[in-house]
Amino acid sequence: MAALTPLADPRTAERVAAKLHSTGTHWPSQLFRAVLAFCLLFALMVLGVLLIDVVSGGWPVLNGRLGSFLSEGVRTRSDSAGVFQGLRGTFWIAVCVAVIAFPMGVGAAIYLEEYATPSKLTRAIDLSIRNLAGVPSVVYGILGFTIFVKLADGFFPGSMSDHNGNTTLAGGVTLAVLALPIVIITSAEAIRAVPRALREAGYGLGATKWEVVRHHVLPYAAPGILTGTLLSMARAIGEAAPLILVGAQRGRLGLRTGFFDLSQLGEKFTAMPIVITEFATRPGTEWQHLTAAAIVVLLVFVLLANAAAILLRNRFERRRGGE
Amino acid sequence: MTTAFERPTVEMFQMSPGRRRVERAVRVLLFGAAASALLISASIVASLVGEAWTFISNVPLELLWSDQWAPRFDQYDMKTLLVGSLIVTGVAMAVAGPIGFGAAVFLSEYAGGRVRKVLKPILEILAGIPSVVLGFFALTWISPNVVKTVFGGGSTFNLLAAGIGVGLLTIPLMASISEDALRSVPDSLREASAGLGARKVTTTVRIVVPAAVSGLVAATIVSVSRALGETMVVFIAAGGGGNSAQFTTNPLDPGSTMTAAMAAQASGTDNVAGAGFAFQSLFFVGLVLFVLTLFLNLAADRFVRRVRQAY
Repeated sequence: MAALTPLADPRTAERVAAKLHSTGTHWPSQLFRAVLAFCLLFALMVLGVLLIDVVSGGWPVLNGRLGSFLSEGVRTRSDSAGVFQGLRGTFWIAVCVAVIAFPMGVGAAIYLEEYATPSKLTRAIDLSIRNLAGVPSVVYGILGFTIFVKLADGFFPGSMSDHNGNTTLAGGVTLAVLALPIVIITSAEAIRAVPRALREAGYGLGATKWEVVRHHVLPYAAPGILTGTLLSMARAIGEAAPLILVGAQRGRLGLRTGFFDLSQLGEKFTAMPIVITEFATRPGTEWQHLTAAAIVVLLVFVLLANAAAILLRNRFERRRGGE
Repeated sequence: MTTAFERPTVEMFQMSPGRRRVERAVRVLLFGAAASALLISASIVASLVGEAWTFISNVPLELLWSDQWAPRFDQYDMKTLLVGSLIVTGVAMAVAGPIGFGAAVFLSEYAGGRVRKVLKPILEILAGIPSVVLGFFALTWISPNVVKTVFGGGSTFNLLAAGIGVGLLTIPLMASISEDALRSVPDSLREASAGLGARKVTTTVRIVVPAAVSGLVAATIVSVSRALGETMVVFIAAGGGGNSAQFTTNPLDPGSTMTAAMAAQASGTDNVAGAGFAFQSLFFVGLVLFVLTLFLNLAADRFVRRVRQAY
């Protein structure tokens, strides 16, 4: 056995040993890590500053006259203006999104994941969904304005206002169409995550495709689908740009229909983001307070929907992880 | 002797007619839901093209290249809007690009499972903040506290504040797509690098990031597309809500973008009696915006696909 050739430098071994046992800090590493952590912290700071700014700005109104702020309409006087019509419009828009985008989106996702076979048509559908998800929201406004508003004009003979088709329904359908691709994409992901074995067990017992989907795939994918739907709903109720194009009212608007009155679908409308825009573009600190207060009201709903979605997903991930 | 075993027939294995009917009906319904995406895409194009064509074939072309966007006075300078969009998108990406990327690297390479679970929702909540809220924040907080302090001037309504606002909105999108790209890099690459004695920084910068580069490019493109399509922040914070804008290349000036110009134009839909083609200009701008974002989204899709093929 040949003797081991000595290392070129007798001190190399010591150096390596020293490095391996060193407890000192490698500053570039620490700096890199700190910079990265700062990026995430920055997002947290933005969120914090934003929430503090908005809540403190809206405090005089929220603390002083929350009741009248929620029950009064858009006025020209800042001491009595409120957001009633905005809340009403946003509520009905959310109903439209839930009733239209949810079933259609989940249906489309089921088709694409379970039924569709690779073909030109399937590819075209898939591609158009992914592109729709990236279309700017104002462009959906144009769609709503040229198609849904025209359809709604003359559709509601009994309505009180001279709406020209600029109705809650037209706005709601527009936002439902905007939310649709997001619902489809997130539902498809949830369905894709269902283990194959579950389906095969179903088929093995003689179930048809639809029976397998209904009794096995959908229940398993339900939390994921619900998460996606909640997120898309939160996005839809925060959208203003398409509603401006669909003709949401920025000025005076009757308080005549009640909050839960279905006939509101055929009336002129406004929504929380539009009310916020309107308040924000009026001059003076009074209106700034009102804008901030309206933002707090909107954020309560948006953040609740988001938080519910995140909690739901975390719970669902934990359960799956335990299996 | 012989057991009473009934010979199986084909009929025994067939579905009952009722079940088959349900099956067929469900299939048709689900296909209808999926095909509606094609119908919606086609409707969007159809609703844009008609009026946009009326606009471009009737408006004298020199009106598209003047020095202001004021449809009510027959001034349709496209470069005002294009440069405005460029400034806002550029500022937004200067904010969202590095911050989103850094947050993604931290979440994917450094944060442990528990830390990730606590920190990731912050980005998701930020993603859920409506753009009108960011618009108000940009106007009443960023404009006086950041833009005025740092640049010592500028108008109350300015493109810079709006750009920063759009950037804040875009951070979560940039971060989440980048994180997906980084996480799709197989662990074997990280382990090989660590096995050769590389530090975490070295592994991250020299191995993981280069391996994820397609996905990171896709994240950037999608973010640009999102920033380009953002409306309300500019509408509220850059003075884009007024129905006219002067041509400017200075981010400290008020201005407008394609999106904000469309919303501003529509705010007065009932009284667009003014000039001849003010109404149609809305569709023309919409078509330009649609084509631009479509192009960006298709490009991003390419890059995402490349990541999937690689791993």
